[in-house]
Amino acid sequence: MNDIVSLSQVAKRYTRGKESVEVLHSLDLKIAQGDFVALMGPSGSGKTTLLNLIGGLDRPSDGDVTVAGERIDRLSGAALARWRARHVGFIFQFYNLMPMLSAQANVELPLLLTSLSAAQRRQNAQTALKIVGLDDRARHKPNELSGGQQQRVAIARALVADPTLLVCDEPTGDLDRKTADEVLGLLQTLNREHGKTIVMVTHDPKAAEYARRQLHMDKGTLVPGNTP
Amino acid sequence: MKYFPLLWATLWRKKARTIFTLLSIVVAFLLYGMLQGVNAAFHLSIDNANVNRLIVTSKISLTEPLPISQQQQIASVPGVSGVAFAVWFGGYYQEPKNFLFATPVNIDDYLHVVPEAKIAPEQVEALKRTRTGLIVGATQMTKYGWKVGQRISLHSTIWVNKYDGTSDWPFDIVGTYTFSGDESQEQGAYFNYNYLDEARTFGGGTVGWWIVSVKDPHQSAQIAARIDKLFENSPDETKSQSEKEFTQGFMKQMGDINFIVQAILGAVFFTLLFLTGNTMMQSVRERIPELAVLKTLGFTDAKVTVLVLAESLLLCLIAAAVGLGLADLLFPMLKNTIGVVRLPSRVILSGASVAVVLALATGGLPALRARRLVIVDALAGR
Ligand SMILES: Nc1ncnc2c1ncn2[C@@H]1O[C@H](COP(=O)(O)OP(=O)(O)OP(=O)(O)O)[C@@H](O)[C@H]1O
Ligand SMILES: [Mg+2]
Repeated sequence: MNDIVSLSQVAKRYTRGKESVEVLHSLDLKIAQGDFVALMGPSGSGKTTLLNLIGGLDRPSDGDVTVAGERIDRLSGAALARWRARHVGFIFQFYNLMPMLSAQANVELPLLLTSLSAAQRRQNAQTALKIVGLDDRARHKPNELSGGQQQRVAIARALVADPTLLVCDEPTGDLDRKTADEVLGLLQTLNREHGKTIVMVTHDPKAAEYARRQLHMDKGTLVPGNTP
Repeated sequence: MKYFPLLWATLWRKKARTIFTLLSIVVAFLLYGMLQGVNAAFHLSIDNANVNRLIVTSKISLTEPLPISQQQQIASVPGVSGVAFAVWFGGYYQEPKNFLFATPVNIDDYLHVVPEAKIAPEQVEALKRTRTGLIVGATQMTKYGWKVGQRISLHSTIWVNKYDGTSDWPFDIVGTYTFSGDESQEQGAYFNYNYLDEARTFGGGTVGWWIVSVKDPHQSAQIAARIDKLFENSPDETKSQSEKEFTQGFMKQMGDINFIVQAILGAVFFTLLFLTGNTMMQSVRERIPELAVLKTLGFTDAKVTVLVLAESLLLCLIAAAVGLGLADLLFPMLKNTIGVVRLPSRVILSGASVAVVLALATGGLPALRARRLVIVDALAGR
């Protein structure tokens, strides 16, 4: 079994003044290459915190985090940034596109950090937009696109550098049912046909059904037993 | 520079605000260019002052006359190679605003001591032949459209003409002069001392100041001391200075232009610092989620810092280029007042460095803020 994500005895504490709150408690988790995991649980249970650790946006207070073969809890800030650029694509609830850039330029953004030529960057961004079905909207600014279209641009941006892992925090949280289904269908295609490993936080049981397996969190731990 | 489109788009994120800020900086740099240009023009005459020359005035004051009999005595001081004189005439043409620095001289003595003044030999001869002859600076000739052979009248704020009892002095233009190395000196005129001396109602046999050339500039101080020693305890004690010291002293009398210019610009740029700094800070604050996204995508803290600084640099350099460019266009309009044609290039260079300093000063804090931004907090809106 080839694990892309491997967490062992991970804890996360936040200190506010004298108080220290532990929001993740000695957590173990393995995610295999090609998996599509839905992470569910009540609000405040630590889903986003866990996802941020997997995506290398944050560091654990304790324990090991190995993702894509790298002990990312040990990387320095700049090394971690470069690691993210190579290995992780992020998709957020509110799309987080650059409002002043066209869809095309938004998708090209991660490629600025690579050594690709301008022509290659344009080409790759167009391919990514084609995959999400928005190649005809390349010149549009985010405010000229619907929510679902913006989220698909965000998916294209997450995909464009061909990352090892896609990390999504409530990607359909702001979309209606029909649009949500389109976006989820797209993620499922990326997983099934392009072999992308996906970790997705969601509140929505229907959304979770698109995943290969579901994990449930409660009060900072993974609830055992409900997944194979 | 592959980040340029990103920078450019970011800069124009709020068009109205960017234009307003841009205009403020443009105006500041226009002011900078004009004021520093004028300042530099004034200092040019100090820089151009000849080290081989001394100016000898009355010890009492700059305007106190000296007897013409001093010429022989000064000429006999060891180390002196030539002595010429000049007299205040205070002339203007038709209206006081048309000030014309007309100087009564002995033209041979004068050209010997001030060889930078260039006059065609036949025109020098014409001046000597014509009692009321006038040699006019090239700038003034074009300004008034005068021609050689023309008769004009200059009004003196000092001397009354005893033939008709007025202060109007008729002149016949017999030639023009140029001044090598300093165009601002081409705004005057020369005429025969004898004309003034015979016709004036008072002050006969006196001159305004002596212009003394020395053989060895390193000896200037000693020679100046010797001249002053010569007239010590006489009714006409002198004060001898190098031309540079004299010019500096003269400038001081007109007010410390340098100080005024720096004070005004200091105030302008101090205000600008807050204005631009505030704009940059506001723009970074609004963009926190976007900056967090850039970091999420793998832009390092250093890269984000540089992007914010580069944005501020771009803003300041564009505005400075426009402002200084305008100053360069408008500056020649001051030619008649200050006599310098082009905005000195060192003003443009110093302006560019001011723009860089302004950019770093106003972009510094926002850049630091962008650098310190923690992704997970920014994404969660904390
Ligand atoms: N920077 C922080 N400082 C203090 N507490 C924090 C911080 N980040 C998260 N927490 C706390 O950690 C707990 C888990 O937060 P997290 O955002 O991971 O929850 P979540 O499961 O994603 O919730 P939701 O479904 O509402 O998004 C919450 O109680 C939250 O208040
Ligand atoms: Mg969350």
